[in-house]
Amino acid sequence: MPACETPVISFRPLPECETKGHRIGFDMNSTDPAAQNPTASSSSTRDAAPRISGVGRVLVAVYGILALAATGRSVTQIIGKFDQAPLAYTLSALAAVVYILATVALIVPGATWRKIAWITIGFEMVGVIVIGLLSIFDSALFPHDTVWSYFGRGYGFVPLVLPALGLFWLAKQKGKRA
Amino acid sequence: MITWLTYGITGIAALAGLMCVVMGLLGRKPSDLSLGSAALVELLLLVQLVVAIIAPATGNNIYGDPIEFYAYLICALIIPAAAVFWGLLDRTRWSTVIVGVGLLAVSVMVIRMEVIWTTVAA
Repeated sequence: MPACETPVISFRPLPECETKGHRIGFDMNSTDPAAQNPTASSSSTRDAAPRISGVGRVLVAVYGILALAATGRSVTQIIGKFDQAPLAYTLSALAAVVYILATVALIVPGATWRKIAWITIGFEMVGVIVIGLLSIFDSALFPHDTVWSYFGRGYGFVPLVLPALGLFWLAKQKGKRA
Repeated sequence: MITWLTYGITGIAALAGLMCVVMGLLGRKPSDLSLGSAALVELLLLVQLVVAIIAPATGNNIYGDPIEFYAYLICALIIPAAAVFWGLLDRTRWSTVIVGVGLLAVSVMVIRMEVIWTTVAA
């Protein structure tokens, strides 16, 4: 059995793997064979984890970009025109905070942060669906766009796809850990 | 804003982004080419920043909301820098994909900046 076939974001100490940089995060001196040879067999102990880790990293990066975008938009709205639509803009700010939290929760190891990841990403999923539906059926409620209006249309539907991917990824990690 | 410059940046960022995504998916680690293309986009965005600051003095005024415009520009400036930083620290092929995704995002943001610059705010 491969010694190191563990989820990438491992939230428990894994003595055999701990030193190999398989956790998500930055590994300055990665000499991972998977990085050099993408066709390496997944039965190898060293490259089984990084592959998943890699996709996880892309997820984290996209979350980071969206957190930046939501924050930028929210700051703009609050500085420039908060009185025009306090509800929509408060929601924008809330969404921005949640995206930042979710990004951090995906990076930081630990059971608590994992729980926060579930909560924040679940919140995003519910948020984009509820606000998406409301903005279509009762558009008077949201005369100004939020990041979630029309299921995140203003952001290429990334806000709709991303939490789904995030939840899927978290569930997959959980399954692997069990 | 200078229209041809804006579309030039959009095009270069989109091409470089696609190139990095493809290179990353092919298994290339961050290289001089991928990180260099991100650095080029960053440089062009700095040019864009200077142009945006100088343009109103030459009668090329912004029609939209300047706060929104600069919010986009600042975010766009952060992304390639952060992506290169990531690519230098995390030497896996996924970093190359991340640089590419970041550049594609920049490309869209520059289009949005052009729209804000040329459209009267509601």
